[in-house]
Amino acid sequence: MDIASRQDGSIRILKLTGRLDQASADNFHKALIPHLDDCSATGNPLLLDFSGVEYISSVGLRVMILAAKQVKVQNGKVAIANLTPIVAEVFQIGRFNLVFQVFQNYDDAVRFLNQ
Amino acid sequence: MKIKFWGTRGSIPVSVTATNIREKLVAALSGAIGRQLTTDADINDYLNTLGFEVTGTFGGHSSCVQIDIGTEDHIICDMGSGARPLAQSLLTRFGPARPQTYHVFMSHLHWDHIMGFPFFTPVYIPGNRIIIHSCHAEVERAFRRQQDPISFPVEFDQLAARIEFEILQPGQVYAIAGMKVSAQKQHHSGDSYGWRFEHGGQAVVYSTDSEHPVDDIAGQAAIVEFFRGADAVIFDAMYSLAEAVSVKADWGHSSNIVGVELCQQAKVKRLLMFHHEPAYCDGKLTQLLAETRRFEEITREDHRVEVLTTWDGMELEL
Ligand SMILES: [Zn+2]
Ligand SMILES: [Zn+2]
Repeated sequence: MDIASRQDGSIRILKLTGRLDQASADNFHKALIPHLDDCSATGNPLLLDFSGVEYISSVGLRVMILAAKQVKVQNGKVAIANLTPIVAEVFQIGRFNLVFQVFQNYDDAVRFLNQ
Repeated sequence: MKIKFWGTRGSIPVSVTATNIREKLVAALSGAIGRQLTTDADINDYLNTLGFEVTGTFGGHSSCVQIDIGTEDHIICDMGSGARPLAQSLLTRFGPARPQTYHVFMSHLHWDHIMGFPFFTPVYIPGNRIIIHSCHAEVERAFRRQQDPISFPVEFDQLAARIEFEILQPGQVYAIAGMKVSAQKQHHSGDSYGWRFEHGGQAVVYSTDSEHPVDDIAGQAAIVEFFRGADAVIFDAMYSLAEAVSVKADWGHSSNIVGVELCQQAKVKRLLMFHHEPAYCDGKLTQLLAETRRFEEITREDHRVEVLTTWDGMELEL
């Protein structure tokens, strides 16, 4: 998993690329933590751009849940945008809309984070 | 080994309603419009093309599962309301005159897992022996209290069968009723225990009322070891993954997705979804099975887990 980070105003945008599975989950979580730490009520809202994520396994889902939990405790705001069809299907089966704000496209996600 | 499910519903028994039945009839009859159904065989052929949610029902009894290894002694997991139809079937088969031995393994002592006991008719028949195996020291108190006069007309001491309570320790391997039996502590209010039964080179795990907290790595590893290589794991798949970690976190139950994950890691042959949410209708439970199978397919690496769901009356030969 590659993470490319950039800033749009106060919003931290992470463009993720690759497979989020058993092999990559640990390193991905470690790389994500500094960004999660910054995602507090007064810090940077976080936008996870999933357009480059071609696969997510149950272990990957676990990392995403841990991320959601951490941000919730910090009263931060996080959004996910641009799911590929297979990842969208996995998110739907896990009912991830209950723990994440998921958007079809980038602009809607930015609008939500700027609210 | 053979598994027979007598109660598969979680938390409280439920029943199909008149509305449910009517919906099934409407679905079946509208599908039949324009078809030539003139004989019983035509009708049965047509019914076989319909889904289980139309022609059947998951049923609504709370947890009770029978394990049959072909021995005389009876092996039962939990005494939910499904214990009543189980008792009926046993009495029909063996009659009241022939004393029987029953081994009951308790996941825990919540109502939905003990409520069938006073309706399990073998307890009223002299000569029967009922051994209740549990890792909870309070097991006897829970069964007696349920039959206190304030809650039930027949007191525990009036039961004619010989009833014994056997406290077992998790992590030890016991030889009981011709099987190798071990228990695993699980995360649930007041604790619950999973049971692993081995016989004739096969293994069945009964793991209900168990939450798998997402950040408990050591706990997960222990569960994977407990499930390792089992032919079937009966699994508490009450919620969706997101529900289990958000609104219903700490409610003590798990999800279909965690079930798939644990069974993939432990290289389990079959995942049997169990302890169904009482609010879910047959259609919803059928949809959950399809979604879980799809999830297993998407996330499959080197090992395929066969995903099945359970319903009252279901029999599975391993
Ligand atoms: Zn229960
Ligand atoms: Zn319980």
